[in-house]
Amino acid sequence: MAVATRNPHLAPRHSSLATGYSEGWRSFRIATWLGWQIESNWADPFLFAIYSIIKPLSGAAILVVMYGIIAKGNFSNPLFPYIYLGNAFYIYAGSMMTGVSWAVIDDREHYKTLKYMYIAPIRIPVYLLGRGVARFITGSFSVIITVLGGVLFLHLPFDVTTANWPLFFISLFIGVIMLAMMGLLLGSVSLLLVHHVGFIGDAVAGALYIFSGAIFPLDVLPAWLRPIGFIMPITYWLELVRRSLIGNVAQAFPTLSGFSNGQLLGILVGLSLLFGIVSIIAFRYCDRIARERGLIDRTSNY
Amino acid sequence: MSSHSSLAQHPGKVSGWRLFLKTVLARAYPRVIGQQREKSWMFFDIVLPLGGVIAYVLVYKAIGAPAEYVGFVVMGGAMTAFWMNVLWSMSSQLYWEKEQGNLALYIMSPNSMMAVLLGMALGGMVATLLRAIAIVLLGSLMFQVQYIVTSFFQLLAVFTLAMAALYGMGMMTASLFLLLSREAWHLSNLAQEPIYLATGFYFPIKSLPFWVALGASIIPLTLGMDAMRQLVFPSGFKIGFLSVGVEISVLMALCVAFLVGAKLLLAHMEKLAIREGRLTESRR
Repeated sequence: MAVATRNPHLAPRHSSLATGYSEGWRSFRIATWLGWQIESNWADPFLFAIYSIIKPLSGAAILVVMYGIIAKGNFSNPLFPYIYLGNAFYIYAGSMMTGVSWAVIDDREHYKTLKYMYIAPIRIPVYLLGRGVARFITGSFSVIITVLGGVLFLHLPFDVTTANWPLFFISLFIGVIMLAMMGLLLGSVSLLLVHHVGFIGDAVAGALYIFSGAIFPLDVLPAWLRPIGFIMPITYWLELVRRSLIGNVAQAFPTLSGFSNGQLLGILVGLSLLFGIVSIIAFRYCDRIARERGLIDRTSNY
Repeated sequence: MSSHSSLAQHPGKVSGWRLFLKTVLARAYPRVIGQQREKSWMFFDIVLPLGGVIAYVLVYKAIGAPAEYVGFVVMGGAMTAFWMNVLWSMSSQLYWEKEQGNLALYIMSPNSMMAVLLGMALGGMVATLLRAIAIVLLGSLMFQVQYIVTSFFQLLAVFTLAMAALYGMGMMTASLFLLLSREAWHLSNLAQEPIYLATGFYFPIKSLPFWVALGASIIPLTLGMDAMRQLVFPSGFKIGFLSVGVEISVLMALCVAFLVGAKLLLAHMEKLAIREGRLTESRR
């Protein structure tokens, strides 16, 4: 008691920090579990597994057929692994961005529970990020199966022994956090928008599919559009993932060949931090406006 | 007072085919007018497929494909608008209606569910046509696609038949969705990329193995797009899966099959859904 009187802020500050951490972890953990249930419990596990992989595999197969028709089945051109791997890992972009941002619309309009989440002892941004984890898990299955399919059936030049695993896992880790923060940014905007912009995740993921060099080198874009790709962290992330898995094949394209792996990693970290800070600021702003305008419990599913 | 009584006694009731027609028009109205009122829908309906078109066109450019492949993609992109409309606003529509509590009102009102579905189809088709035209125009201007129509009459016939068969299929699957709940959303979601692949939205269907292409022909857009590509692109005849005449005949058969199927299945599913108490359930 005497200690508390001499330094009244010490104990409460520690306590508040610990409470905040514990609250954040609890929000994340429960949101992850909830997100997984929502995503998966409409079907039995086998059907759900099939559902989760058919869509991305079909997306990859469209590109394979398109490439196969024009290249007359010659899959040894470096462009093929470039397209194939970019498309495979871009699955994460769609999953994470849509997963996090869709949670706002889903809770507010469909389940009508967003207002209850707001009055519960949880951290809303952490809760939204947790809701995206389920999509990350299903996305990971899809990515693994797509890459495996490429290696087994399309002679993707990927060698487990020569891949740069440390670079791959570091890039993947940073990339997933970066995508989750971009999802939070979209989720923040969704707080202010009506129901049908549930498409916002798909729309942004679709747009970045073009500008991030996921399925074609950025040089194919008109020169005036390329800067959009250069300011997007996804561009550098995909390049790093390609380089870490198929090394020299990925470096055959001139767009980012002037950068070393370390430089690319530095740019990715820098841009990810920037997007992370923007996401947090955007969430605070949109959250305040949404509360002021009474948008947290509105339904607009007309 | 007397005129009021008279109105109450003769409220202008219609029945028979007039009621059917009025129901069709009434259900089509919000599809055509409502969708134009919400500008953001129009934006997303055009921009999302256009984004896909741009991405696939640039892939073709990156791998050095002949110019007509760009045209194939633009046409495929425009047709995705119809597929998305059938999927989300026809097939799964009765699920949405159930979620919002309207389905029971439809069933208890003294008109035909077939007319309601037909109205949805008609309205959806007109509204989506505007979006598809926008996608074709924008895509063609962006990538300088050139069209040489060999037969306007056949082109019109193919398009009309493909649309009738496609929306007939939508009406038929809508009745299946009567029994579904939350899984309806996932099933619609699933029927996108696999269908884009199987029906050749972005490449000639002839590129797929014969039996795969034949199986995919059950979806009217497969043969519809193949015939249209043959009719509007100079080298289209080289990539045709079947001759245009045969494809028109198959599309006619699909039209009849799907519309009759829709009528029969709707009656059956409605009874089943009522018996199993699924018309008002909401398993979220």
